[in-house]
Amino acid sequence: MIPAAFDYVRAGSAAEAIQLIGQYGDEAKFLAGGHSLVPAMKLRLAQPTVLVDIGRVSDLSYIRDGGDHIAIGALTRHMDVEKSPVLAEHVPLLAHAAGHVGDPQVRHRGTIGGSLAHADPASDLPATTLALGATYVAEGPNGTREIAAADFYQGYFTSALAPDEMLTEIRVPKMGGAGWSFQKFNRRAQDWAIVGVAAWQRGSECGVGLVNMASTPVLASSVAAAIAGGASAAEAAEAAASEADPQADLNASVEYRVHLAKVLTRRALEAAGG
Amino acid sequence: MTSLYEEVSVTPVDVPVRRVTITVNGERRAADVEPRLLLAHLLRQGFGLTGTHTGCDTTNCGACTVLFDGRPVKSCTMLAVQADGHDVQTVEGLASASELHPIQEGFKEEHGLQCGYCTPGMMMAAKALLEENPDPSEDEIRWALSGNLCRCTGYQNIVKAVLWAADKLRASAG
Ligand SMILES: Cc1cc2nc3c(=O)[nH]c(=O)nc-3n(C[C@H](O)[C@H](O)[C@H](O)COP(=O)(O)OP(=O)(O)OC[C@H]3O[C@@H](n4cnc5c(N)ncnc54)[C@H](O)[C@@H]3O)c2cc1C
Ligand code: FES
Ligand code: FES
Repeated sequence: MIPAAFDYVRAGSAAEAIQLIGQYGDEAKFLAGGHSLVPAMKLRLAQPTVLVDIGRVSDLSYIRDGGDHIAIGALTRHMDVEKSPVLAEHVPLLAHAAGHVGDPQVRHRGTIGGSLAHADPASDLPATTLALGATYVAEGPNGTREIAAADFYQGYFTSALAPDEMLTEIRVPKMGGAGWSFQKFNRRAQDWAIVGVAAWQRGSECGVGLVNMASTPVLASSVAAAIAGGASAAEAAEAAASEADPQADLNASVEYRVHLAKVLTRRALEAAGG
Repeated sequence: MTSLYEEVSVTPVDVPVRRVTITVNGERRAADVEPRLLLAHLLRQGFGLTGTHTGCDTTNCGACTVLFDGRPVKSCTMLAVQADGHDVQTVEGLASASELHPIQEGFKEEHGLQCGYCTPGMMMAAKALLEENPDPSEDEIRWALSGNLCRCTGYQNIVKAVLWAADKLRASAG
C-alpha cells in the first residue's frame, strides 16, 4: 500500500511549521511520528497534498519539572515518556500508560503531541491526560493559547485545534503521591484497548478517564462525585458509563463495553485507592 | 529511483524528488526519492536489501523492523525522507564477512525459525533489546518482541534463541 503523492517540507521550529502550514492551506498536514498519519495515508483514508514534517523540531522533545506540573514537549516520543525518571516520580500514571501504547516500535516513533492532536477516542493518552486534568499548549499564527484537556476533544478525530495551530506542550499536574491504576483491556499485547480506564485517587478525590467509550475520551465525573460522597470503589464504579456513549464494533457490543467500563473502573479504583 | 512507484501511481502529481542520504549498515547511500516512498521500499527495491521483509504492510507484524538510530522501527510506516541524514541497520548488517552474529547463531542453534519470514524483524528487535539490556528475563524478551508476529514457531524457540544470544554476547564481552 502506497500513499497518494504529496509534497514534503521540513520545519526546523514550531514558528516555521506554523508559517508553512499557513502557506499551504487546508490540504497540508503536520507529520510528527507518522504512526497514525502514514497508516491512514497508505489506506488512502487521508490524502494531504503537502506534509509539513515537524519530526525534527528537537527542541520540542523534553520533559521538564514546572513546579506544580510536568511540562512535556509535543514531539516527545512515547518511549521517552515511558522511561522518564521525572514522570516516574511525579506522574507515574502517564509514564505507565505510555508504556502500553501499541508495541515497542510504535512507541519509538509515535509522539505524545501526535497522539493527542489525532483525537482518537481509542488512544490511551487522551483519556489519561484528561483524567489527570492536563492543559495543552497550542501555538498558531496569532500566538499561544492554553486549552484544558476537558475542552479539547470535540468528536471522532476532532479537536479544538485550528488547522494552522500546532500542539507544542502538554502540562500535567504532579500527582503528589496519589494512588493510580491503568487498566487496558485488549486481546493481544500490542492491540488498542477495547476499553481502557486511567484512574488516580487521593483520599476522597479522584480522576477517572475512559478509553474507547464514546466519540471522544470520557471523563467519568459521576464516579468522582460518588467517591467524593463516600461511596466504595464497587459502588462508584456502577456509575462508570454515565457520561459515556459507546459504539459497537467487531470487538464488543455496547452492553459489553459498558460492562467492561464498570469492571475496569472498579479494579482501577481498588488499586488506586486501596 | 524516481520510478519505483510508476506502475502503481494512481494520482500522478508533479512532485519534485528529494535527495536523501542514509547511512545503511555503516555505508553512506544516497537516492533521489518521491516523498511518499516508504523506507521499506527504498531498502528493498532501491538498495536491493531484501532481507527486510514486508508482511502485513499495516504496522502490525514487525517483519519490516530495522534499527533507526539504534531504535527498532517498522520501516513500512516510515517515509524514506524521514530517514534522511539518519543511521539505519538492517539484517544484512548483522553478520560479518566471516561469521554469523550471535543472534543469528542463536536462531540457528535453538531452531528459532521455520519459514523465516518474521526472522529478520525478530533479530533486529532482539538486537535493540540486547544492546539496552544484556541479561533480559524471558518476560522482558517477550515484551520486547511484542511488536513482532510469528505465524510458525509459537515463539518458544524465538525466546530461547534470544536467551542463547544474550549468554554468548555476555560471555564474549566479559
Ligand atoms: C500498529 C499501531 C498500534 C497502535 N496502538 C496504539 C495503542 O494501543 N494506543 C494508542 O494510544 N495509540 C496507538 N497507536 C497510535 C500511536 O500512538 C501514534 O503514534 C499516535 O496516535 C500518533 O502520534 P504520531 O506522532 O505518530 O502522529 P502523526 O501520525 O504524525 O500525526 C497524527 C495526526 O496529528 C497531527 N499532529 C501531529 N503532531 C501534531 C502537533 N504537534 N500539533 C498539531 N497536530 C499534530 C497530524 O497532522 C496528524 O493529523 C498505534 C499505532 C500503530 C501504527
Ligand atoms: S510489514 Fe511493516 S509491520 Fe508488517
Ligand atoms: S518462522 Fe514463519 S513467521 Fe516466524
